[in-house]
Amino acid sequence: MSPTPEQFRALFEPRGVVVAGASSHPGKFGFVALHNILSQGFAGQVYATNREGGTILGIEAVPSIEDLPPDATLDLVFVCTPAAANADLLRACAARGITAAFVTSAGYGEAGEEGSAAERALVDLAAELGILLAGPNGQGVVSTPASLCAQIVAPYPPSGRIGVASQSGNFVSSFLNYAVQTEIGISRAVSAGNAAAVTVADYLDFYADDPETAAGLAYVEGLVDGREFFERVRRVASRKPLVLLKGGATTGGQRAAASHTGALAADDDVFDGMCRQAGVTRAATVEEAFEAAATFATQPLPKGPRVAIVTTAGGWGVVTADAIAGSELELAVLADDLCDAIDEKLPPRWSHNNPIDLAGGETRDTIPEVLALVAGHDSVDAVIYLGLGIQSNQAQLMREGCFYPGDGLERIVAYHERQDERFALAAAEVSVATGKPVLTATELSIASPDNPGPRAVRAGGRLCYSSSNRAVTALGHLWRYAQFRRRRGLE
Amino acid sequence: MESATRTLSEAASKQLLTTHGVTTVPGIVVPTASEAALRADDLDYPVVVKLCGAAIAHKTERGLVRLGLADADAVRDAATELLARARPEDGPVELLVMPMVKGSRELIAGLHTDRQFGPCVMLGIGGVFAEAIHDVQFRLVPITPVDAAEMIEGLRTQALLGAFRGEPPVDREALAEILLGLSRTAESDPDIVSVDLNPLVVVDGIPLAVDALVEVRVGAP
Repeated sequence: MSPTPEQFRALFEPRGVVVAGASSHPGKFGFVALHNILSQGFAGQVYATNREGGTILGIEAVPSIEDLPPDATLDLVFVCTPAAANADLLRACAARGITAAFVTSAGYGEAGEEGSAAERALVDLAAELGILLAGPNGQGVVSTPASLCAQIVAPYPPSGRIGVASQSGNFVSSFLNYAVQTEIGISRAVSAGNAAAVTVADYLDFYADDPETAAGLAYVEGLVDGREFFERVRRVASRKPLVLLKGGATTGGQRAAASHTGALAADDDVFDGMCRQAGVTRAATVEEAFEAAATFATQPLPKGPRVAIVTTAGGWGVVTADAIAGSELELAVLADDLCDAIDEKLPPRWSHNNPIDLAGGETRDTIPEVLALVAGHDSVDAVIYLGLGIQSNQAQLMREGCFYPGDGLERIVAYHERQDERFALAAAEVSVATGKPVLTATELSIASPDNPGPRAVRAGGRLCYSSSNRAVTALGHLWRYAQFRRRRGLE
Repeated sequence: MESATRTLSEAASKQLLTTHGVTTVPGIVVPTASEAALRADDLDYPVVVKLCGAAIAHKTERGLVRLGLADADAVRDAATELLARARPEDGPVELLVMPMVKGSRELIAGLHTDRQFGPCVMLGIGGVFAEAIHDVQFRLVPITPVDAAEMIEGLRTQALLGAFRGEPPVDREALAEILLGLSRTAESDPDIVSVDLNPLVVVDGIPLAVDALVEVRVGAP
């Protein structure tokens, strides 16, 4: 039985949270959880229980749930108590109107036969009490619309539109770390732990209808029921883009001796086909998964496969064109009227071809103008823009060099930095105006993250791809999903 | 879940698949070498003769297929030899006389029961290098025409599906029809564990299933 929308609201948008088993020892989960909830500015009420009472981080801990003030408004209990205490705890919570529990406690399904029996009993009890049971053995839940950081690990991500659900808590952290680095934020994130009652598919199903979430991002390993998982993620992907990273070595499985078809069936091929059929974007690596989700969350879907490359240097364009050739995308053929229009903006040495190599012929307004011309043309479905930040990179060398200030350096440094900011903003503006994806790629996004170019891309709420190949990969995922929708009448 | 299975003979496999709309290259089933020679005259030479039986799954590996037989005498000789190769454990055997289908491209299609996802339709690049090339696509039963088209499009070796050595491109609709027929087969009969259409020989762009093997759960009718 999937949780109700009300129960999910109690988990992700609680009016009040109580940390059960709060600790005064900064090394314990019961302390860390309370610390993270308080320090990240959760706006609702916060309470804590501790068998010995006492003040922890300014909160007056009470010995048990029954001792909480009668006017406390509570929706969520964050459980850091030992497994043996949890049945009584849940009963007391239900009596106080709590409808969601995140259980970090270990000693359940991961701990042998006895643990599994305890887990089944806890699931049954929570169902009977009407409590959503997240975990057990999970790392926590994050919900940026509620400024909620109820987890026993870092980081707290910037707010945004990606909804994360993971069978591994550490992958939640990985995705959130990428969110911190790229500034492409998160709406909700949850570590499903043992997923005893609420599964990754349940969370994704909630995200699919969640107005705060634009794209789902999930990590899964062993599936209990593959067929059911397929049906669930298919329904999710018909509503919102969903990116999946799958772990777990292929086991090969039993192969029917009689069948060649079976001999050719590696588990991974079947999983891959399942994803294609469900419209799920399957990523091969952690960074590819995050970047695909970040792109879904921040760029419009392309209406076709034709990509134009706008570059300030030849080699970058050539390598990007190679990446496109090896993908499901196509290199747009430059229409004559588009060529003529670009001719107006550039000296004759520009490439007159796609990649559109500006060949150093640009003046103050060329890049914004060419981006607008290219993205605005009917023969182009998406744009990849290369070369942002080079001038600011030189400006940094000048700013940090021994001649600065002086020799006219201040003026040129300021000019370069201003220009790169303008170019980054222009790429985002053109994308919004045309409804087409415009992706900016430069290694400076990681080599020199404070460079004003990449910094302005981030400030504009978009991903600055660290290589054009990664931009092509992400754009390819968007195009595949756009096709999936169109072919099935889901537009 | 693990239950014993048995295979159907090629002729019975083809008959079953035909009822679900999967077209195969039919053959003539005969019990004796002389009848094989007689009936081969109804076909265009050269012909193929195979030794078939419910317990014989891999004919090629055992040398039970004779190709390119040019006349009735060749058919009789080949059929006599094949019957002599039958082993006691093969049980009842029969001879299958078929037209010789030649094409430079081979695909493979079938049904596979996955441990996690249940019945799946499969399409791959076939031929002797099939396992080395490993270019396959799976989808879960049931599939739609869009799924079938995307399976074909999803194969990496697209060059083999286009115009090739003077032959026209593979007829994608005909191929999709086979995949959809396999999906219907799995849907209508849960006792079918696997199906092999191996090879699907591409002749003038049309994929033709010259061999078929159906594996069913024991106890199933």
